[in-house]
Amino acid sequence: MKRSRFPLYITIAILVFFYLPLVIVFIQSFNASRFGGTWHGFTLSWYAKLFSDKNIWHAISNTLIIASASTVVSMIIGTIAAYSLYKYKTRLQVVHNIFIYFPLVIPDILMGISLLLFFVSLKIQLGLVTIFLAHSTFCISYVAMVVLGRFQDFDYTIIEAALDLGATWSTAVRKILLPFLAPGIAAGGLLAFTLSLDDFVITFFVSGPSSTTLPVYIYSMMRHGSPSIINALSVIMIAFTFIIIFFTKKLLEVKK
Amino acid sequence: MASELKHRSEIPLTLPSMTWLIVFFLVPTIFVIAMAFRSADPYGGIGNEWTLQTIKDLGNPNYPSIIWRTIWLSVVSTVLCIITAIPAAYYISKLQKKAQDIVLLLIIVPFWTNFLIRIFAWKVFLHPEGAVKQILDLLHITSPDSLLLYRPEAVLIVLVYTHLPFALLPIYAAAEKFDFSLMEAAFDLGAGKIQAFMRIFIPGIKQGLLTAIIIVFIPALGSYVIPDIVGGPTGEMIGNKIAQRTFVDRNLPHASALSAILTLAVILPVAIALTRSFFKEKNSASIGI
Repeated sequence: MKRSRFPLYITIAILVFFYLPLVIVFIQSFNASRFGGTWHGFTLSWYAKLFSDKNIWHAISNTLIIASASTVVSMIIGTIAAYSLYKYKTRLQVVHNIFIYFPLVIPDILMGISLLLFFVSLKIQLGLVTIFLAHSTFCISYVAMVVLGRFQDFDYTIIEAALDLGATWSTAVRKILLPFLAPGIAAGGLLAFTLSLDDFVITFFVSGPSSTTLPVYIYSMMRHGSPSIINALSVIMIAFTFIIIFFTKKLLEVKK
Repeated sequence: MASELKHRSEIPLTLPSMTWLIVFFLVPTIFVIAMAFRSADPYGGIGNEWTLQTIKDLGNPNYPSIIWRTIWLSVVSTVLCIITAIPAAYYISKLQKKAQDIVLLLIIVPFWTNFLIRIFAWKVFLHPEGAVKQILDLLHITSPDSLLLYRPEAVLIVLVYTHLPFALLPIYAAAEKFDFSLMEAAFDLGAGKIQAFMRIFIPGIKQGLLTAIIIVFIPALGSYVIPDIVGGPTGEMIGNKIAQRTFVDRNLPHASALSAILTLAVILPVAIALTRSFFKEKNSASIGI
């Protein structure tokens, strides 16, 4: 029976759909004209303007501080949460599971506004700390889910065997459990870090005047600044993403 | 002795994440719902008395049309994501393993770039002075004074763009596990291509479809940035109203009331899905991240 070509065409169409806007941004970033109905010649001036913008560097450093801090906190709390979800099958864990699950599905705007009201009511100054607390909240859930996935291949009898052979609990955790979980914890941490770097909506609600992160800065540039500078910034960020993916892949291949 | 120890450690092991999520997730959510019943004070804060006025204000003719638009945009974008994802997932899952990995990577890579930048790319793409609009004008598909941007259809396209991978991945995960010899069996028994596809393949990937629907529909309901950047006044969704009431009008009780409605709309489908999956088997792949 001849295979239908329709699914192939749909797949190609989807890939074109995914990449086309990014290609346009790439071309526009070198266009001397602002919106480029026409090509006004090749220019690097948008890139030059981008690099002379001091606020961007401040925003980038804020973003990295928050992402690092919330990654560390969520890796610790998320892993412990995953362990208790895996180990105990009690009613408490059913509730625990629901608590972990909800931040994953609740729309960002709801998390943003509820945390804003919460901080404002408690008279907590909005700034880097409030952004860190908000990011850790959703990162914990992501780390817990990723680590829990890793747990599904784990054979708990190995721990019991170690304990029977006289290992202390902390030795068993250090020598067996953590090495086994390491790839899961690392993957969860990487996911948390990326999500924190990328988050705009929640950050927008809980950030203060001096705690601008890169996405918040990009947003204010979209509203008030020159679009062409954002094109240039986008190209650099996309290139940066590709380089990181490339090296991660290389790194994984070497390890294998 | 060992098992006794294990049970005593359940509480301390559950405590860190539970406490964190109760303080920074449950309490704030309850706050939002409670605030919907407080009065607004003229200084942009929250008044002291309890009132039903805010809830009554939601009957204001402005809101039903925005709520309606939010619902139809979310439903239509979910349907579009699902019906394009199914044939693509079908195609990808029948490729060789190596080719599958490459196509999947190609699908995911654009989504590792910043969310705002992807939406901004659409703004550049659809801009009135942009190349796409000019070409469409030349071909007389659009008239020069019409707009591609700042209308509900633009919001719809970008909603599909940002959510399609989230539909594709769980459907692909389900299709990848699907036993294609069942299709052969159906053909042998005389089923046509479309019949086999609809009656064997679709039910076979049901769990993936369900995950995809939840994972697209719920974030779509709460969209804020997409309608804000490409929607304009005629493309506003409930998320925009929440942000406006918060930052522009400083009417926090109103923002809370709208958020409370949205929260309830979100909790319902999730609760149904969660109970379903909890009583079936635990399936970590179905989270689809």
